[in-house]
Amino acid sequence: MIRITGGKVYDPANGIDGEVKDICIDDNGRIVESIDGGRTIDATGMIVFPGGVDVHTHVAGGAINFARAMTPEDHRRTQAFIRTKTRRSGLGGMAPTTFATGYLYAGMGFTTVNEAAVPVLSARHTHEELADIPIVDKASLTLMANNEIMLDQMQAGEYERAKNVVAWYIWAAKSYGVKAVNPGGVAAWKWGEDAKQLTSPIEGYSNLTPGKIVTQLAQICDDLKLPHPMHLHCNNLGAPGNVSTTIDTLKHLEGHRAHIAHSQYHAYGGDDWDSICSQTGQLAEYFNTHPHITTDAGAVLFGDTVTITADGPWQHLLYKLTGRKWGNLDVENETGCGIVPYTYRPSNLVNAVQWASGLELLLLIKNPWQVFLSTDHPNGGCFWRYPEIIKLLMCADFRKECLEQLPDKIKGKILLPEIDREYTLYEIATSMSAGPAKALGLTKKGSLGVGCDADVVIYEEDPTDIARTFAHPRYVLKAGEVVIEEGDIREAPDGQEFLVKPHMAADTDEFMQPRFEDCYTMQFENYPVELERIERKDLQELPAE
Amino acid sequence: MSTVFRLKEQPNVPLEAEVLCPDTIADLSNAEIRQLTVFHGKRQVPLEDFFDVEGDGSVDMELHGDLKKVRWVARAMTKGSVTVHGDIGMHLGAYMKNGRIDVHGDASDWIGAEMKNGLIHVHGNAGGQVGAAYRGDMQGMKNGTIIIDGSAGLEVGMRMRRGTIILGGPARDFCGLEMKGGTIVLREGAEIRTGAWMRRGTIISLKPLQMMPTFADSNEFNPTFLNVYAKHLQQYNIDLPFAADAGSYQRFAGDLSVPGKGEILVWNPA
Repeated sequence: MIRITGGKVYDPANGIDGEVKDICIDDNGRIVESIDGGRTIDATGMIVFPGGVDVHTHVAGGAINFARAMTPEDHRRTQAFIRTKTRRSGLGGMAPTTFATGYLYAGMGFTTVNEAAVPVLSARHTHEELADIPIVDKASLTLMANNEIMLDQMQAGEYERAKNVVAWYIWAAKSYGVKAVNPGGVAAWKWGEDAKQLTSPIEGYSNLTPGKIVTQLAQICDDLKLPHPMHLHCNNLGAPGNVSTTIDTLKHLEGHRAHIAHSQYHAYGGDDWDSICSQTGQLAEYFNTHPHITTDAGAVLFGDTVTITADGPWQHLLYKLTGRKWGNLDVENETGCGIVPYTYRPSNLVNAVQWASGLELLLLIKNPWQVFLSTDHPNGGCFWRYPEIIKLLMCADFRKECLEQLPDKIKGKILLPEIDREYTLYEIATSMSAGPAKALGLTKKGSLGVGCDADVVIYEEDPTDIARTFAHPRYVLKAGEVVIEEGDIREAPDGQEFLVKPHMAADTDEFMQPRFEDCYTMQFENYPVELERIERKDLQELPAE
Repeated sequence: MSTVFRLKEQPNVPLEAEVLCPDTIADLSNAEIRQLTVFHGKRQVPLEDFFDVEGDGSVDMELHGDLKKVRWVARAMTKGSVTVHGDIGMHLGAYMKNGRIDVHGDASDWIGAEMKNGLIHVHGNAGGQVGAAYRGDMQGMKNGTIIIDGSAGLEVGMRMRRGTIILGGPARDFCGLEMKGGTIVLREGAEIRTGAWMRRGTIISLKPLQMMPTFADSNEFNPTFLNVYAKHLQQYNIDLPFAADAGSYQRFAGDLSVPGKGEILVWNPA
């Protein structure tokens, strides 16, 4: 039992904005009204947040592991975790190792993460890695929008069948929801093409368009009653002028729930790399008028990173642009994957526009319940650099300083210099914890209300450096256990994984088997991840319609 | 007066001795130098377990003995000199920024890897990856000079960005692999796949080379810059032919598979 007293509590889920109040935690790791006895943590003068929730990150599975293997140069220079009694060894850096990922996330007060892109074929591997990420709780999303068995059903107009196929795959992967990446584009990539127009049929299909996939998949996610709506990486990522595709996609989603991933990469105007500019105003306006749609920023920070995505065609283009290393994976009939190490430079016009666009979206979308802190780790920057973004959001003066580093030709291409808004602590707590938890449908996360998981962070406010405040919490509690104290990892308990079991027609197995055996290289029986494989799970069975 | 190190016992596994560097020992007393830590395999031991040390610290070092298993000597040195009497192990002068290293004997792999500046002169043979980039890195040596009187191994100058490598003997395969700039002089030619994936830079060979099909035979001439370059190399007693009456250079452009803008100049005596 723990009582946290004297701290200023920021708990947006319950509308508490800096009120000094006690937080009581029982022996089951839940927040309760009151307790008798137990330890007291004196948080006088400190601020108390619900544990951070990362709605979109890449921390486990085939792609990030490929990225680790591709960047030995980073391992030589990065932070090393030396083994201790409570902690295993590992490496930080651009693509941290599994154990280090847990330590780094917990070390800055994040207690729940969502691995946003898992091909079912590498789901077993992903779960093994997720199990080795200590402290934090995890969810994972299954890549669906280029799955050829599903696309075939959509093409044939068999919506119900398509829905059952999606449900079958979610359960085979033991995942929490659906991720759609460049709908149709990755399937077309296997023909050497891409899908840039929402209304043009996809290579290899006669009448199926990206727009149809988006609409139907969003409908499927709604009909399956998934706690998290479709998590969408739109077509045309990273390309100048792609904001029109993004807005068009959003229009295809009218009437559905949806989460738009890393929208910074989808908010550009211009015709080519020289004329690229930020069009975040237009995109933010759409979000401001459509409160049911959420997004995460996918903000960019200057420095070295490695980009990984299921968007194979884009990564090929990026490799051609940079001339750096390139990894490409083909995941049978499910999806693709590309990996390219990258350095964002303030002197580079495109990078400067990207940097500004991420912050603009966070600042121009008025409701922090709609736009969440993310860098699309590791694509826009590493997750352990989130405190730098918080500082940029909370200090307009600091933003002005940073703007001075940008090249002169940026003038007129970005909106950031005209934005004065500064996030309050309450808004930060919303954007990095309460909001993403709500969007993910994790009712016991991101809240300090009675009955919720006692994931609590206590920061010591350093008014001279906000980034420092958020990078070094004084205490982090995970399920009521003190895991970080005085800047040290005290305990590294295992987190749990969130899974859903969607409802599907009884004959789905029989329907899938012949189609599966037609095109996969593995046995049908060996394909689904066994439930026993996941040691600590929070399984939610979803009702039929 | 230089500080003298004599190997007294041959390590049975590699000895990682990056402390053997002028920057580390310059201001230390003899007793302090003896207590510096080296890694004998995974064990940390004091330097004196393996070396006799004569004199107090200085920026000039002399090493004696069969040092084939002693690695990382003069890592990232910025000043002074290191003279090795005997053979030396891998990573000699890796990341070095300035100063001079002389080896009177053979050197191993990765000498001058990712060096920034300075001079390394090996009087015997060297191993592979001379002046190269470590695995995963984009750029190898960024400046400085490496002179090897004898032969060298695989991937000489791999991904080098600038600087000069001069080989008195032959190089093995993949000389100038993925080279990004700088110059390699091959007095005795090289084995196969010279200049593979080279993007920029110059490889000068005084002996005929087996060219890859992705290099285009462009012309035969006497490049003007070679007059100046040959004079620059004279300070190291390197004699590079350039006079038109002595012969000419065949120029090959490539590697066209990258596509690259590098060149291989092959001397064709009159």
